[in-house]
Amino acid sequence: MADTRDIEVTVNGKSHTANVETRTSLGDFLRHGLGLTGTHMGCEHGVCGACTVMVDGEAVRSCLMLAVQANGQEVTTVEGLADEDGTLHPLQEAFWKHHGLQCGFCTPGMLTSLAAFLRDNPDPSEREVREAISGNICRCTGYQGIVDAALDAAKTMQGS
Amino acid sequence: MKPAPFTYHDPATPEEAVALLVEHEDAKVLAGGQSLMPMLNMRFVVPDHVIDLNGVAGISGVTDTGSALEIGAMTRQRDLMRDAAVVAKTPIIPEALENVGHFQTRNRGTIGGSLCHLDPSAELPCLMAAYDGVLTAHGPDGARDIPFAEWPLAYMIPTLGPDELLTKITVPYWGADHGYGFVEFARRHGDFAMIAVAALLEVEGGTISRAAISIGGADVRPLRLTEAETALVGAAPNAEAFKASAEIARGIDAMSDAYVSSAYRQRLAATLVERALVQAAERASGSA
Amino acid sequence: MVVRYLGAEVQRMEDPRLLTGHGRYVDDITMAGMLEAAFLRAPLAHAKIRSIDTSRAEALEGVHRVFTHADFGEKYSHRMNQLYPAPVIEQNKTQYPLAKDEVCFVGETVAVVVADSRAIAEDALALIDVDYEALPAVVDIRTALEDGAPLAHADATSNLMGKMRSKFGDIEDAFGKADHVFSAGFMQHRGGCHSMETRGVIAKDDPWGDGLTLWTSAQSPYLIRRALATWLGESEERIRVVAPDVGGGFGPKAGFYPEEIAICLVARLMETPVKWIEDRREHFVSTTTQRDQYWDLEVACTSEGKILGLRGNITHENGAYIPYGILLPNSSLTPLPGAYSIAAIDVGVDIVFTNTIANSPVRGAGRPCGIYAVERMIQLVSRKLGIDPAEVRRRNYVRPDQMPYETGATLRGGAKCVYDSGDYEALLEKALELSDYNSFKERQATARAEGRYLGIGVSSCIEDTGMGPYEGTTVRVESSGKVAVRTGAASQGQGHHTMIAMLVAENLGVSPEDIMFESADTSKFPHGVGTIGSRVAANVGPSAFDAAKKVREKALKLAAEVLEASEADLDIEDGVVRVNGAPDLSITLGELAIQLSPASALRVPAGFDPLLEATSYDGSSGSPIACGSNVAEVEVDPGTGEVKVLRYSVAHDCGVMINPMIVHGQIVGGVVHGIGNALFERMIYDDQGQPLTMNYGEYLLPLASEMPRVDVTHMETPSPLNSLGVKGAGEGGTIPAAAAIVAAIENALEEFSVEIDYYPVDPQYLTELIDKGAAQAAE
Repeated sequence: MADTRDIEVTVNGKSHTANVETRTSLGDFLRHGLGLTGTHMGCEHGVCGACTVMVDGEAVRSCLMLAVQANGQEVTTVEGLADEDGTLHPLQEAFWKHHGLQCGFCTPGMLTSLAAFLRDNPDPSEREVREAISGNICRCTGYQGIVDAALDAAKTMQGS
Repeated sequence: MKPAPFTYHDPATPEEAVALLVEHEDAKVLAGGQSLMPMLNMRFVVPDHVIDLNGVAGISGVTDTGSALEIGAMTRQRDLMRDAAVVAKTPIIPEALENVGHFQTRNRGTIGGSLCHLDPSAELPCLMAAYDGVLTAHGPDGARDIPFAEWPLAYMIPTLGPDELLTKITVPYWGADHGYGFVEFARRHGDFAMIAVAALLEVEGGTISRAAISIGGADVRPLRLTEAETALVGAAPNAEAFKASAEIARGIDAMSDAYVSSAYRQRLAATLVERALVQAAERASGSA
Repeated sequence: MVVRYLGAEVQRMEDPRLLTGHGRYVDDITMAGMLEAAFLRAPLAHAKIRSIDTSRAEALEGVHRVFTHADFGEKYSHRMNQLYPAPVIEQNKTQYPLAKDEVCFVGETVAVVVADSRAIAEDALALIDVDYEALPAVVDIRTALEDGAPLAHADATSNLMGKMRSKFGDIEDAFGKADHVFSAGFMQHRGGCHSMETRGVIAKDDPWGDGLTLWTSAQSPYLIRRALATWLGESEERIRVVAPDVGGGFGPKAGFYPEEIAICLVARLMETPVKWIEDRREHFVSTTTQRDQYWDLEVACTSEGKILGLRGNITHENGAYIPYGILLPNSSLTPLPGAYSIAAIDVGVDIVFTNTIANSPVRGAGRPCGIYAVERMIQLVSRKLGIDPAEVRRRNYVRPDQMPYETGATLRGGAKCVYDSGDYEALLEKALELSDYNSFKERQATARAEGRYLGIGVSSCIEDTGMGPYEGTTVRVESSGKVAVRTGAASQGQGHHTMIAMLVAENLGVSPEDIMFESADTSKFPHGVGTIGSRVAANVGPSAFDAAKKVREKALKLAAEVLEASEADLDIEDGVVRVNGAPDLSITLGELAIQLSPASALRVPAGFDPLLEATSYDGSSGSPIACGSNVAEVEVDPGTGEVKVLRYSVAHDCGVMINPMIVHGQIVGGVVHGIGNALFERMIYDDQGQPLTMNYGEYLLPLASEMPRVDVTHMETPSPLNSLGVKGAGEGGTIPAAAAIVAAIENALEEFSVEIDYYPVDPQYLTELIDKGAAQAAE
């Protein structure tokens, strides 16, 4: 008999209840339990960062959290970054403008990581941005478009 | 890479957690998860029971006792970096933590988890060795204090009984004017250190009055370079003295593995000890 | 016609979907009744399989079936076909979908479990009992061809897969008359794929309905369809292969894997859809990689540094099987002589079996290796003769007035290697200017006075792109006025949708937003080849442009009739055909389309074929040769051996750029991959063929924190080989990178006489060279 628990998790502002096997990762729960496939699993050992989501506002690797550990907490995924009416988050606009994505697989993790980072560091230097995304691997872009997008979004988010 | 099935427990108090450890022989404790989850995912560990400490009351947070920091074992690395007392009284800790993984892992990773996992290349054990930190463990028979020097038992195995839980780490302060330097060499930002050096110095009237040099990554446990520390006391904090310390570091016993030779680790230790001491001296007030 | 899109930095049409988490990669796809699979993989590099007992696994709750080779039955018991047969292949070794009685690399597929969930399937793997008899493993290609060496395959006669040679010109004469002959030996190791999305396959078999459908994270859906059809002995028409959104490919996803067959078979035999997603540990051992090549070369030159000839031998690691034929060793040879006119070349390659995952092209394929070799010899000449490295290059480049220049080498397929256009010296000058090369010595001296070691390195490359045969496109205007564009070419992030939409939009007078683009689905376009070797822009670009042009012509011809105007007076803008000077006279493309696809009983206008559509297979008549020069500036810390790349400059020519922003992204991404090869990416095996670098803490991919900004400047020398003048851009950033980085490191450490003979260059190795050099200098 599988070990399961009932959990209640708020994801992108919407509450979900589910009965999950305790060994299920938060990432797999979001993707397959809730059908929110925007969060991607790239390595399942906490290095590539593709699975990054925000839990209670902090960027974490959803492959290294069990779904049961998110019980009672608020999760934000890439699907929750844009406004209800579809207006893109400044980071999403900036990634689009600066060619900050190619295959798109690392992109959700980049966006959630940067959203959290810029909230706490509204005016970063390029060096600081590069260190902030050093926990997110991109095999396509060489990072430059991502860095440019982050710096541009920071300005937009500060209102300058 | 999905974990093998386990029974999950989420105790609410340290006593409950200890009771679970007593009851279940094949159990793993889950703290921040940044080290255990990869091992579960890769099935390097296949425990029957996982005891989640994230809901346990009373074992996280930082207290300034006036002469030391008392840090709950479940304190997140991120919170250590932001805590006012840590920043003010033990500034080497936030500085070193900049090198520990990435901000996403520091949001979950804990000091207790790192100290129990005891990876030879981890920064927090290296710091605790420099500070002669004291680790408090709770077991079925009560609590006991373990000086850090006695903490590492073997490769990635601390002196912690199977029924014991690490609950608190005490870090005694150095003088308000102390200097500190943390230098590590890793291939990329956030990687485990090939060699990490934590140096603490107190300088009075132009001579070193106290020194601690801790080297991580060379052996299964952090090494205190006591011979060099002794030689530094009474010496002027100058380039010559630090070069001499570096030469002592070059002579340490260092591990060898598929990626890195012992000779290279020794060379790194020498280079980084010198750099860490220079940094510490620059920051110590009282340097002539 | 006003040029509006070609050459514009149009924001990508792929992005809104991907940015909001609405991409659809293989693992995002579910369907009713879908089960999940996990593969049992060989834990030993070489072993006989004595027996397999799956009974405990099959008894596990949640497990539906467990298959081994025997369970697939006689009908499905043959090996995979050689997809790239070549006379060079002396011993053809291909895999069974599940190993029969021998495993030849750690990671080889041995059994497959189908269960309710991946987690349960993995639980079952632990319950499969395999009795292996370990055999000696071949790992080191330097000793694998010696007498008495263990065999990678028990039934092979040796470890030699085959030999190849590039020989042209009079090599004896070149070496005979040379003023100098210098020699060098070095090892090149290029590492794995590591697209952020691993491989993955969903198979669904509906024999009474749609036939077999395969969704797979792949670069070459048509190759897979053909290979599968051939292997099954069935019609391609009854097999549909779809590559949905693919999270990076880089070469290893361009092949055909045993898992693709195995998952199709289990779906068929179990009459239910089955999904298999490769996890990252599997990716390390079962997705093809590139690894070791040992080069021993001699260069013959004059005292002025003019290179007369190059000769030597390569020992190339093949791995256990041959999924890509001789593609990789071939593409290591064909780039010789690089950007230079070298009259004589005689370089052979021994292709050697090892008990490891097969080697395949990884971004750049063998071109980085061939170019690295040429560039190293240029460096050697420069150093030995004391001539500035840039100057040696100037004295050797193929000149524009020599174009088209036949190098003497032969490309795969037998065509002669011809450089079509380009000004290599001008590119060098641009790179030198961009990198402030001429003031470097000053920077270096200032830094040295501060105890810092800076170095600069130059490398130049050519890249054969756009290989044939074609990559066709169909453009069709629908009744709504929207334009359907279909092509075979698969995308893994290169922005094909945007690029093609731009070309069609411009030619057809519509906006890119009105274009519905579909690709990488074998049911939607008759035949394609694959996204490899920087070939798509130079093939799909012309075919899309041509198809759109034909549609335009047809539309204007019909519009001229309808509007009673002359074709010359007509223009199309925003999908509306108007008469110049008479703006009230217009008809939309949609209305024209309806005229050509009317309802029943009506007629298509006389003289017109049905449908406002055209298909073109126009491509490149030969291989457009892209080129570039790179300059890397590094700082080396002799205390630790750490190399920091401070600055990286690229002057690149990929002909006419369709979307410069996309080209820029390809260059920068390629450079970073190349820096990864030069400094970080190393797969380590023990002497029993056990892989030791099995996670992202041990295998180092380049991260943002260590990568420099890459400054890029472009030249656009059109290619005469296709209608657009386009050349490929996907790999040109990677190809010269290692050579530039290694040259820069040596320059930084000149006072220690450091000569680097392998990459990736790790800090420990550098400190050993530094210490050795310092000791020698002291004597």
